[in-house]
Amino acid sequence: MMSNQELILILGMFAVTFAIRFIMFAVAGKMQLPKPLQRALAYVPPTVLTAIILPSLVLPQGSVDISWQNSYLVAGVVAFVIALVTRNLLLTIALGLAFFMVYHHLI
Amino acid sequence: MTAISMTQSPTSKEFSAGVIATLPLILGAIPFGILFGTLAPSSGLSIAATLAMSLFVYAGAAQFIALGLLAAGASPSVIIFTTLVVNLRHLLYATAMVEQVKHLPLVMRALMAFGLTDETFAAVSRRYQQQDINKAHWFYFGSMTAMYGNWVLCTIIGLILGNAIPNVEQWGLDFAMSVTFIGMVVPYLNSRAMIGAVVVAAGMSLACAHLPNKMGLIIAALAGIGVGYWLSRRYPSAQGEVKA
Repeated sequence: MMSNQELILILGMFAVTFAIRFIMFAVAGKMQLPKPLQRALAYVPPTVLTAIILPSLVLPQGSVDISWQNSYLVAGVVAFVIALVTRNLLLTIALGLAFFMVYHHLI
Repeated sequence: MTAISMTQSPTSKEFSAGVIATLPLILGAIPFGILFGTLAPSSGLSIAATLAMSLFVYAGAAQFIALGLLAAGASPSVIIFTTLVVNLRHLLYATAMVEQVKHLPLVMRALMAFGLTDETFAAVSRRYQQQDINKAHWFYFGSMTAMYGNWVLCTIIGLILGNAIPNVEQWGLDFAMSVTFIGMVVPYLNSRAMIGAVVVAAGMSLACAHLPNKMGLIIAALAGIGVGYWLSRRYPSAQGEVKA
């Protein structure tokens, strides 16, 4: 069963996550974020997503690995190019995953 | 209305369209969810807590980062703060979507907020760009039901697989999150300010990768947001607009 520490962790993670997702829906347009904050928020998704994935591509084992042996980096670059060219999310995910699986097992 | 669409009510038609539109994103979430369930026990999370996290927190990237922090011995307060930063992007999603949901009952809005993931936002914001959005909230519910059900199911599968098959964590399932996020980041890269923000975030995330408690992630995101904001002031024509 869950320890108290785990209970606190999950309650806390739930509370902050739900609060972020709900606050704007809760006030339902009766309150607006200040314009500068709205403008800054526009940069949050791509920067956070990039900062999450890039280290896992460049340092998959914990140290910088820029080589053909690093299947994460190679497949990440391939997926990036597929995304740029096709502009299609399904193709990017399907082809990117397929490329990674083949390359990762060949290496 | 065509003869074919008469066989289904508009509500269930929207719901299943939402499920279908989310299937590509589920493809990326399946390996990722399985990996979460696989890795959680070895990061020190009990089975009950692993399941509870997927059921109640329902935030893939944050859950994954929480595992890394737990394995490194971080305290709950550090993990909760990092969750806040990592999930701050959902505030933008909600801001972009509020016009489309503000007429709905509060309980419905609360449910929709709970299901506001990257994937559902990506699927639903496309739907709202089309015509006839009266019943589009059922499209939203279709998307979030499919994502949520898949996420919980994959967590359970991961818990079972991790127990039954050794070394599942070495299959490279973690690439699934990377490729999904790559596919979601690329459409943003349409202005000088946005590209500048992402390049700075990328560079800083690598430069600070060695910092403890995922501080590098927070620093990189803040640096990228700051540069994007500054560039958008400097080149107003190229500003990043809040998209819905």
